[in-house]
Amino acid sequence: MAVTESIFQFVARRKPWRKKINPYLYLIPAFLVMGVITFYPMGFQLWMSFTNYGIQNLRFDAPLPDWVGLANYIRILTTNLGLSNFDFWRILGFNLFWTFSNVIIHIALGIVIAVALNTEGLWFKKIYRAIYILPIVIPQIIVANVFRNMFDPDYGAINQGLALIGGLFGLSPDVFHIRWIDQIAYPISGVPLTLSYFALLITNIWLGWPFMTIVATGALQSIPHELYEAADIDGASGSQKFWRITLPLIRPAMVPAAVYGIVVTFNLFTLIYFLSGGGPIRRTEILLTAAFRLVNEQRLYGIAAAFCAYIFFVLLGLTLLTNYITRATESYEA
Amino acid sequence: MSDNSSTSSVTRLAKRFKAKPSSSRRLGLRQQLLLQLFMFTIAASVMYPLLWVISLSFDPRNILRPTELRLIPPGATLENYRQVLIQPTPNPVSWPELAFNSFCLSIGTAIASVVVGVFAAYAFSRLRFAGRQALMISVLTVLMLPAIATLPALFVLLNKVQMSIGETQFNLRNSLWGVGLAVLSILLPFAIWNLKGYLDTIPKDLEEAALIDGCTRNQAFFRVTLPLAVPALAVTGFLGFMSTWSEFAISWQFLTNPKNFTLTMALYNMVGQYAGNTSWAKFSAMAILVALPVSVVYLYLQKYIVSGLAIGGVKG
Repeated sequence: MAVTESIFQFVARRKPWRKKINPYLYLIPAFLVMGVITFYPMGFQLWMSFTNYGIQNLRFDAPLPDWVGLANYIRILTTNLGLSNFDFWRILGFNLFWTFSNVIIHIALGIVIAVALNTEGLWFKKIYRAIYILPIVIPQIIVANVFRNMFDPDYGAINQGLALIGGLFGLSPDVFHIRWIDQIAYPISGVPLTLSYFALLITNIWLGWPFMTIVATGALQSIPHELYEAADIDGASGSQKFWRITLPLIRPAMVPAAVYGIVVTFNLFTLIYFLSGGGPIRRTEILLTAAFRLVNEQRLYGIAAAFCAYIFFVLLGLTLLTNYITRATESYEA
Repeated sequence: MSDNSSTSSVTRLAKRFKAKPSSSRRLGLRQQLLLQLFMFTIAASVMYPLLWVISLSFDPRNILRPTELRLIPPGATLENYRQVLIQPTPNPVSWPELAFNSFCLSIGTAIASVVVGVFAAYAFSRLRFAGRQALMISVLTVLMLPAIATLPALFVLLNKVQMSIGETQFNLRNSLWGVGLAVLSILLPFAIWNLKGYLDTIPKDLEEAALIDGCTRNQAFFRVTLPLAVPALAVTGFLGFMSTWSEFAISWQFLTNPKNFTLTMALYNMVGQYAGNTSWAKFSAMAILVALPVSVVYLYLQKYIVSGLAIGGVKG
C-alpha cells in the first residue's frame, strides 16, 4: 500500500515536471543542429574577426592566426585594406540607395499595374495574369545570367532591340552600342551612378514588380464595392477614389510587402554578382558581393569576418528600422 | 419562414440595384484600348527576355553569338539541348550528373530543415515556456543573416574536418555534405519561422478538443496538428528546395571537384568571363533546363506560396 501510494505521489509530482520540460524536448533537435552549424560558427567568426586569419591558417594542422585586436575593423572603416576601389562607406551608401530606389519603383509600378489589372471589364485578364507571374516563378539566378548576356554591347538583345526600335525612327544602330556593364563614365553627368546600375535597376524592376502586384491585387479585391459606389454618389473623381479609398485600404498589405522587399533587395547578392559582378571598378558593389569577394577572391578570412560583423549590425539596424516603420503605421491604422 | 424569404427577396432586390451602377461603369472602347496597350506593353517586356532565351536555345546555326533578333530561328533544332545534356561545360560532367548533385543537395536540405524545424515551430507556436522570447529572437537574428554573412567561418571550420581513408582524402568542406550543412544552417531558421507562421493559423480549438478527449500534448501534435500542417510542410520544403536548387555562393566557394558541381555552378561557367567559347545557344538551353523543373512546380504551388509569404515570411 505504502509503496503504491508513493508511486502515485511520484507520478503526480512527475507530471508537472514533465510538462515543464516538454517544450524544450521539442526545441532540442533544431537548436542542437543550429548550435553546431550556426551559433558555433557565428562565435568562431567573431573570434576570427580579431585575427589575421588567412590562407596560411587553412590547413587543419596549421598554427593559430595572430590576434590583431580591432585592426581589421579599423582598416575596413578607414579604407586601408590595400584593395583598389574598396571603400566601405561608398559600398554601404550604394547598397542603401540601391535598396530604396528599387523598392519604391517596385511598389509604385506594382500598385499601378494591379489597379489596371483589376479594372472591371478588361479583356484578356487571365492571359495577363498568367504572364505577369512568370518573373516570380523563374529562379533569380537564371534571370541574372540571361540578362547578363542580354546586356552584352555587341550581341545582347537589349541593344539589338533598341536598335530595332530606333531604326523605325531612322536612327543608326551604332547609336545603340551601349556598353551597359563595363562603361566607367557616368551616363548622367553629375550623378554618380554607372550604366551598370541602370542595367541592374532594369533587371530588378523586371524581377520585382510582380510580387507587389500580387500583394496589391489581393488587397484590392478585399475592398468592398460599396465604398466606390458611395464615392460615385458623392461625385468623387477617379484620382480622388484612388488616393482616398484604394491607397489607404491597401496600405496594411503593402507595408509588410515593402519590408520584405527592402530586406530582399538589400541582400540581392545573386543578381548583382552575376550581372555586373559589382563592377565596373566596384561601383555597383553591395555589402554581400564585397564580402563574398573578400572570401572568394582575396581570401582574407579575418577581414571578411570583420566585414560580416559590420553587415550584421547594418542588417540589425535595417530590421529594427523597418519594424519601427511597420509598427508606426500599424498604430496609425488603429 | 416567411420572414426569412422576405429578407432574401430584399437582398436579391439589392443585388439587382447593385448590378446597375457596375454595368454603367463598364469601360468605354477608348479606355479599353488604352488599357490594353498598357497591359500589352508590360506583358511584352516580361516576355521579351524569355522569348529571347527560348528562341536562342533552338537556334540551329551553331554560332557563338546571335547577331540579330529572331523569334523563330529557321530550321529550329533540339541539338543544343542534346549537347548540353551530354556535356554542358568543358568539365567532363554530364547534365544528369550535375542535376543529380543539385537534386540530392536540394531534397536533402529541404527535408532535413522541415523535419527538424517543425518541432521547434510547434513549440514556438503553441507552448509557453521560460526563455521563449529569447530563443525566438535568436532564431530571428539568424534568419536576418544571409548565407554569405557566415561564409568565412563555415568555410574555415568545415575545412578543418579532413580524413584520409586509405588513398582517398575526404575534406568535408570540399564535398556536397559540407555544402549541405552550410545550406541547412540558412534553411533551418527559415523553416522554423515559416512553419510557425502556418501553425499559428491552424485553430487551437482542434487541439484543445483532442486534449479534453484525453490526448497528451504529444499525441495532439502528432495526430491533430501535424496532419493538418502537411500542405505547409510541403510548401516550406519546396521553398527550401528551390533556394538550394538556385544556391550559388556556398557551393562555388566550397567545391573544387567538377564531379561535385551543381547546375548553377555549371551555368556560371557558361556566362560572362568564363564563357569564352560557349555558344549562347547552348547557354540558353542550359538556362531553360535548370529553370524549367522548379518553375513548373512553383507555378503549380504559387497560390499557396504567396499566401504563405504573406503569413509567415513577411513577419520576419
